[in-house]
Amino acid sequence: MGFLDIFRANEKKSAVVAKERLQLIVAHRRAGNMEAPVFLAKMQEDLLAVIRKYVQVSDDAVKIDVERDGEMEVLELNIVVPDNRTN
Amino acid sequence: MAKIIVVTSGKGGVGKTTTSASFACGLAQRGKKTVVIDFDVGLRNLDLIMGCERRVVYDFVNVIHGEANLRQALIKDKRFEHLYILAASQTRDKDALTQDGVQKVLEDLAKEFDYIVCDSPAGIEKGAMLAMHFADEALVVTNPEVSSVRDSDRVLGILQSKTRQAINGNHVKEHLVLTRYSAARVANGEMLSVEDVKEILAIDLLGIVPESQSVLNSSNAGLPVIAEPHSDAGQAYSDLVDRFLGENRPMRFMDVEKKGLLGRIFRS
Repeated sequence: MGFLDIFRANEKKSAVVAKERLQLIVAHRRAGNMEAPVFLAKMQEDLLAVIRKYVQVSDDAVKIDVERDGEMEVLELNIVVPDNRTN
Repeated sequence: MAKIIVVTSGKGGVGKTTTSASFACGLAQRGKKTVVIDFDVGLRNLDLIMGCERRVVYDFVNVIHGEANLRQALIKDKRFEHLYILAASQTRDKDALTQDGVQKVLEDLAKEFDYIVCDSPAGIEKGAMLAMHFADEALVVTNPEVSSVRDSDRVLGILQSKTRQAINGNHVKEHLVLTRYSAARVANGEMLSVEDVKEILAIDLLGIVPESQSVLNSSNAGLPVIAEPHSDAGQAYSDLVDRFLGENRPMRFMDVEKKGLLGRIFRS
């Protein structure tokens, strides 16, 4: 480490960030997420259509993730509904 | 029986063809009868890196389609005994390759050669899948950079599930070849280190090739960089081939050369 680097010691090095990001991606692939059920995309569309009957939401309002936890598969569903109180 | 080795990476521009050329040349220099095949149909490049582009008459696709026999299509390197090149076609597209056709050519080559090196195209489409399919071992060429590492991981997944060895319940022996490595940038925390990449991909390291001007110089000249004994990249490939053949060669080019005191204080 050079003398001037002392003042930047708290900043996270970019290589560390890269490694953390890659470890996440690779863990996902190894867990078999490459073969995520094909119905997920379709289900996402359908959910979006249902929600839109009641609230206007953007295309990326519904997020679906499958997590594998040992023998179990956990379907994680995240729906972002706009805050209408200001209207 | 010949050993089939695929040189692959997923991502383009990481050094597959450079590695294929030097690896095949290094095996031949050590007395192994070696053929290197360009699987990049439509965008052939290996012939240029090997300096035999003006001698290509028949190619891999011609042989598969029975328009020429292997003896006509194999180009014998003029500088290295034991080294042969099978060029890719420049005019056909990747559908010109068929699994049966590739298998037949590889079986014929296996009768005569010790090593068959398959230079894969980038991507994971047909040409790349066929280059990987019959492999016994794989050199996974990776740059210490996020997109290259992710693509290598993807390719490892394919090697472990879709290849002939995998289908038969065996496994393809995978080797990591880390190219364009800059020890100085790693020391500065700007580049993934050898250890980082090994840990993420979880495969054995065969060699580290430093970022080097001699790679461009030698490709300009059409001479595999391994044939440049004074170049750092050439030496790195020499070590790599020795290790592949079971010799013990310590890893080099992992650390920064020592700088003077002033250099250390004012390094930006």
